This record gives sequence, structure tokens and C-alpha cells, in this order.
Amino acid sequence: MGAPDRPYDVAIIGAGVVGCAVFREFVLAGLRTVLIEKDADVINGASKANSALLHTGFDAAPGSLEAGLVRDGYARYRAIREQLGLSLLETGAVLAAWSDAELAALPEIIGRAHQNGVTDVRAASVQDILKMEPHLAGDLKGGVLVPGEGVIDPWSAPIAYALQGLANGGRVLRSTEVRAGSLADGIWTLASDNGDIRARIVVNCAGNFGDLVEAIARTSPFEMRPRKGQFVVLDKSASRFLNAILLPVPNERTKGVVVARTAFGNLLVGPTAEERRERDYPTTEAAVIEALLMQGSRMIPALSHEPITTTYAGLRPATQFKDYQIEAVPDRNWISVAGIRSTGLTGALGIAAYVAGLYAERFGPIEVIADPKWVSMPNLTEGLERPWMQPGRSEIVCHCEMVTRSEIEAALCGDLPARSVGGLRRRTRAMMGRCQGFYCTRRTMELAKDRLPDLVQQLGGRQ
Amino acid sequence: MIRAVTIVGAGPAGLTAARTLHQAGVKDVLVVERNGEAGGLPRFCGHPGWGMLDFHRFWSGPTYARKLVEAAGDVEIRTNSSVVAFQRGGVLVVNGSGGTERVQSRAVLITTGIRETSRAARLISGTRPWGVTTTGAFQEMVYRGGMTPFRRPAVIGTELVSFSALLTARHAGIKPVAMIEAGRRIVARRPGDLVARMLLGVPVWTDTSIVRIEGRDRVTGMVVSRGGREERIDCDGVIVTGKFTPETGVLRMSHIDIDEGTDGPSIDTGWRCSDPAYFAAGNVLRPVEHSGRAAEEGALAARAILRSLRESGPAGSFVPVRAGTGLRYVYPQRINADHGPVKLYGRVSENRRGTLRVSSGSRVILEKSVNLLPERRLTLHLPESVRLASEALCVSIEP
Repeated sequence: MGAPDRPYDVAIIGAGVVGCAVFREFVLAGLRTVLIEKDADVINGASKANSALLHTGFDAAPGSLEAGLVRDGYARYRAIREQLGLSLLETGAVLAAWSDAELAALPEIIGRAHQNGVTDVRAASVQDILKMEPHLAGDLKGGVLVPGEGVIDPWSAPIAYALQGLANGGRVLRSTEVRAGSLADGIWTLASDNGDIRARIVVNCAGNFGDLVEAIARTSPFEMRPRKGQFVVLDKSASRFLNAILLPVPNERTKGVVVARTAFGNLLVGPTAEERRERDYPTTEAAVIEALLMQGSRMIPALSHEPITTTYAGLRPATQFKDYQIEAVPDRNWISVAGIRSTGLTGALGIAAYVAGLYAERFGPIEVIADPKWVSMPNLTEGLERPWMQPGRSEIVCHCEMVTRSEIEAALCGDLPARSVGGLRRRTRAMMGRCQGFYCTRRTMELAKDRLPDLVQQLGGRQ
Repeated sequence: MIRAVTIVGAGPAGLTAARTLHQAGVKDVLVVERNGEAGGLPRFCGHPGWGMLDFHRFWSGPTYARKLVEAAGDVEIRTNSSVVAFQRGGVLVVNGSGGTERVQSRAVLITTGIRETSRAARLISGTRPWGVTTTGAFQEMVYRGGMTPFRRPAVIGTELVSFSALLTARHAGIKPVAMIEAGRRIVARRPGDLVARMLLGVPVWTDTSIVRIEGRDRVTGMVVSRGGREERIDCDGVIVTGKFTPETGVLRMSHIDIDEGTDGPSIDTGWRCSDPAYFAAGNVLRPVEHSGRAAEEGALAARAILRSLRESGPAGSFVPVRAGTGLRYVYPQRINADHGPVKLYGRVSENRRGTLRVSSGSRVILEKSVNLLPERRLTLHLPESVRLASEALCVSIEP
């Protein structure tokens, strides 16, 4: 912890995927770093609900900051994922055209991909695509293959970044909302509901609350305009109908939906894109989900009979600008990291390196830790070795997702224990399967109730 | 080693089948159960109403579950063991604390039961706060865990199980704020009004559907549409009841045929699945019958298995059966070339009045006027001659 009166070098506000990656980067850069999160657990905002894809960045606006950082983040994830025990399903993607207008847009998409340096993107005939994806509707007009796109576990990755930061001396403060701040003599004093936090440099990674946090330092040049995306997750049995990620042809009027397998063996359909006022707790709407299901089974007819596992909604931290809004504000000892819309999961490690670069350029030298400690995440990805497969396993608590008691117990302790039921779900998969807790809620609560208070009350004096 | 019979799931159907096989002298019966104890869902339903059909008693769920296990005698029940794959020809991949192994049997009986449909799968709109459960999860928390996630829940649905949720709430000293039903009348009519009368104070609102669930980290309320007008109900939890669905998670990923109407494995009149090494019985066949009925089916399927162990099954020609207009599902989905009259079962999804017709091509086999309710099973008795029908049987209800 260090002396309480000695300020941190860097305070990061917001422990989403970007905040967690920036935290890791600064800790590994040898700086005394604190990651501050208002919610009970990390990745509880925009980062908890996305499409879980690892993007090549083939369709980004060429020359944009986003295009460069997504590409860099993609390469960095692939470079460190094995050391962190993170999975990658190298599914590739098929961008499918269902109309003549969409077909006509394909050459430009390929051109842009090549401009972005994703040179293996290429056109494919209907025949070739149907050979790869025999369950696609027969009225396909053509398509583009994007071999580098993949599927990852969207929660284990940011948690691994935070854990590696912790293992190397960083600090994470949860349930700590920064309410105000003042800069004096080159030191920020951030007022939080857990007391004052002092740091030399503040990094704003506050996602959908980015403009509110930015106002602590200056009049925010950007305004958060959260964009809601709703998703529906189909049963694992649906994943047999698709091998690659099925991407839509982008279109000015309508946003098509993605159909993709998830790391956990399900099939996901979404997202929608809806401009919203709310910054958190997005709602799902039955009519919207039904429309998504229609679109999904329009592309893959066999999906119409597949059971629904769950639905969810996420809020992308968009601003009035298309590109990421990342800049150092030297006279305010501040770095803004905002407008990381929907590519943050892939871009995070690239963004983190870029932000560290801004720091080195503006605020002082960086001395990268020579031999950092690594953490290895327990695997939750279907198809790879899981704890239930090991002889001597503990009881299985969640049968839909085959989650053992030991995994639940492990998620409730350690350096970054789950602090909410959502946090426990995301760390273990318990209660996230097809029964959504019908079979496992009681047992999970027995294991978790002492660590996650207020979820259940004991019944007085009864059996 | 090839076993005689392996039963997947130790609930009322599976345990009754095990008992039947054991009493008939089949020594080599294995019951595989993924939970730490046998007994199935009745284990968690503490109020009485169990064992009436099969034991002629009026037991609580846990007592019924215990009696089922006792009655199965010394049949080997392997708990804490999950079937992770159903393979061709009666080969199961079974995972237990000792590791994963293949278990091959001459016959496998699937009795994996049912669960309630979750809030998510019902596409209920709103936020996703803590405090939304099914009846089953709530009952297990109360009767087994001695805990509750809420104090003033609203109850969605008026099926039989919905009233079981009210009884559970009363046992826990919890007062539901309202019970809502989208239809014009409560589904479980007779026992329903009884329970409602017993539990005066829980208002039952018919013609009321849920619009959305509200709350950030916890449920704070529910918006409903009551007779077309939106109203907010202040509550700290939601119990989503009924709308049962067969538990077929692993089965769906196998080669075994699943019927789109029942959502369970399709069977023939001899309880056989599309792979003749597999049989199925109990609530996995369809949602949902009383446990006594599931147990009876377990016994019937066990007898069919006994026959199949002695002799090779009937020749592989089947008359397919399908649900036509007006019917939610019908099963068995295939009539085999065995002997004797044929019984088919079906259900409607809403009140249907009209002419029920069983036809094979242009030939009408049965015609009668009916008035059917969704909570009632439809039983059709058909003559032996349908086993030789030249075209598929279609069961429909025309207004």
C-alpha cells in the first residue's frame, strides 16, 4: 500500500476493459497506480455486455486512431493471451451480402480492409461460403471472408489485466465513486466516498460517464451519447449451425446484426444500435429481441427452433465524434480516454500502450518492470480443459455450464474476489446457462451468501 | 462391459422405472443422477400433495422423494454423475468425481424431467436486477436453504405450480404483493381458487400481463398492463412461474430426435426414441404432468424395456403422428407395428372448442366435439387398426 500520504503516480477512474488494460500497462511501466471503480465490482458498465469478438479492425475508418489501436490491441492480445490463460476461438468471419445493394458494397469493404493492413480479407463465392456454412439461407448473394476475426471470453480478459496489475503492486479500489477533484502543486486530490485519493496524473476511463468525470478537469470537449445494443443468446445446441462469425454488410440506414458463437459454446445474435439517454442499467425489450430472432433465423433458418438461453443489453460509450477521444491535457495532469465505442474489448491493450506513450511524452519517464509477474486465468471456454473434467473434481453446482464448487469458492476469494452476483456469474458462468438459475441458485447462494451479503435473508428458525 | 439398462435422472420417472426393472429381476440397472442425491424436484417442495397416484398417500415432496429412493431397493444409483454426451447405440459419456467414462447399455432410459422457463427465455422486458426467480429456485431456497431473496415478490402466472409458489411463500412468512395472469381466468382453476381463498390477501389479477421489470441492482417494481392500462406494482422480487420445458440440454446436442411441439425427445408407442437403444419417459417427454403420472410412465417404459431385452423390437415400420391446427403437441410421435389399441396424448396452448379430428390422409379415424383447456391432458383412444395406417396420422381441432 505504501505510505498513505505519498500520492500515486497515476489514478485511473473506471475499471471497464479499457481501465483495466490501462491499469496493467501503468503498473508494468513501474508506476504507482490505483484503479478506481464506483461499482461493487470491475467491468460492470459497458464492458459487461458486448459481442465478445476479437476484431481485426478491417472495417475501421482508415487512418483513424481507432483503426490503429484496434489493430495494435488485436496483436497485443494474441501476443500475451497464452501467458494470461486467455482463450481465442479462431473462427474467422463471413461478411454476407443478402441483396444486390449489399453485394455492390463488397469491393469497397475489401479495399478498406486492405488499406487498414488486413490484407487477407477477400471475396468469396456463394458456393464457397455455403460449403463453409451449409446452414445459411440459400438466397445469399455473395460475401467476404475475414479470416482473422475471432471470439474471446469478454470477462476473463479484463479481469486478467486487473489481476496482473494487482500482482505487480497496483491497487484496485471498488465501490469508490470519485465525486470531485482538485489539482494543486501538481497533485490531484480526488474526493471519493471512500475518502481522498491523491495522485499526480489522472486517467479518465469512465466509459459512459466519461463526460461527467472529464468535467472534474475541464469543460468536457465530448458528450457521452450511449448507444444501446440488445442481444439474444441461443442454447448451445444452436452453435452447430454456424462455424464462423456471420457479419452484416454495414449500411447507412439499417445496422445489420452479427451472429456468432460465444466462447462458452452458445450462439449470439445482436446487437441493435439505439441512441439512449441512460448511462447504465440498460433494459431489454421483448419486441426488439423478437426482431433480432427473426433476423437471425432469416439468415440461418434452423435457428427458429432453437431455445433461448438469455437476453442482455449493453451501452456503448459513444460520443458525438466517430473516432476514439484520447488525449493528454498537460496543464491539468490529465489523460482523457473516451468514446471507445464498440471496439474497446479488442482495442484495450492497444489503447493502454498508446496512453502510456502519451504519459511518457508529457508527464515523465517510464521504467518498465524487468520481470513482471503473470497471472493465469481459469478457463471458462467450452471445448478446452475445464475443472469438471479433472478426476477428483468437486461437486458440480451449475449443471448447465458445468461449474464446480471449487471454481465458485475460488471466485469469491483471491486478489480480486467477486463482489456482486454479476461479478460471480462473469467469473464462473454459474447461473448463466439455459436454466438461468432454476437448478443452481440455492447452492450458489449457500456458497456465496457470506461473501456477497444482502442477496438472501435467512429465514428465522426454520429448516 | 455392456450393461442391461442405464437410467438417466433419478426423479419420480427414473426411480419408478428402476424399481420396476429391479422387481422384474433385471439385476444390472444403473441410475445416473447429476445431483448429490436422488429424488428429483419433489425434494424441494415441502408442502403436501405428493405420492397420491403411485403410493396412494398424501406426502410432502421430500418424503415422496425419499420413499421413491427406498422403493428402488438396492439398485445402483450413482449420484454426482453427469451425462455429458448421448452417443449412438446406447453409449453414454458419464462424468463423475472419478473422471469421465463411457457407459454402454442395451437400453438407456431418459428421465431428465423438466424445469420452468426462465425470465430471459420468456423475453420479459426491463432491467436485470437480482430478485427474479422461478418457483423451483425459490422453493429450493426456502425449503432446503432456509433463505429467501425477497420479502414482497409479485408472482407471474396462475398454473398449479404458481399456487405452490404461494404456499412456499406462506411457509417462509413472505407475503406476495400480487399474482398476475395474462389470460382472462386463472389457469389452475380448481385447486387455484382453493389456495387463493386459503391465502386471502394475495390479490390475483387476471387479464394482466407484465410490461417490464424495474430496479437497478435489485428489483424495485414491475410495470403491468391491466386490461390495457399500465400500472406499477411495488415489489422487491418477481417469481416467474410455470411454462415448463423438458430438460434436454445435453440431449439436444446428440443425434436423438427432439420434437418441436413437446420440446422433448420424440418417442414411439413403445417409449422408444429415434435411436432404438434409447427410451424416454416422464416429464422430459413434454411439459408437464403430475409426478404420479411421470412415475407411471416410468413403470410403463420399464416394461417396454423388459420386452425389448427379451425379444427384438417390432419391425421398423412406423406410422408418424403429427399435431395439426389447434393442437400444441401430440405424442407418441410414432405408432409402431405392435399389437393392441393405441393411446395418444396431446395438449392445447389455449382454450379450444371445436371438432377434434384424427385423420390419415383422407381417411377420418376419429371425430368428436371437444372443449379443451390448456392445463388438461387430452387422451385419445384409437383402434389397433391405426397401426397399419398407410399415411401419417394428423390430430387437429377445427373451430
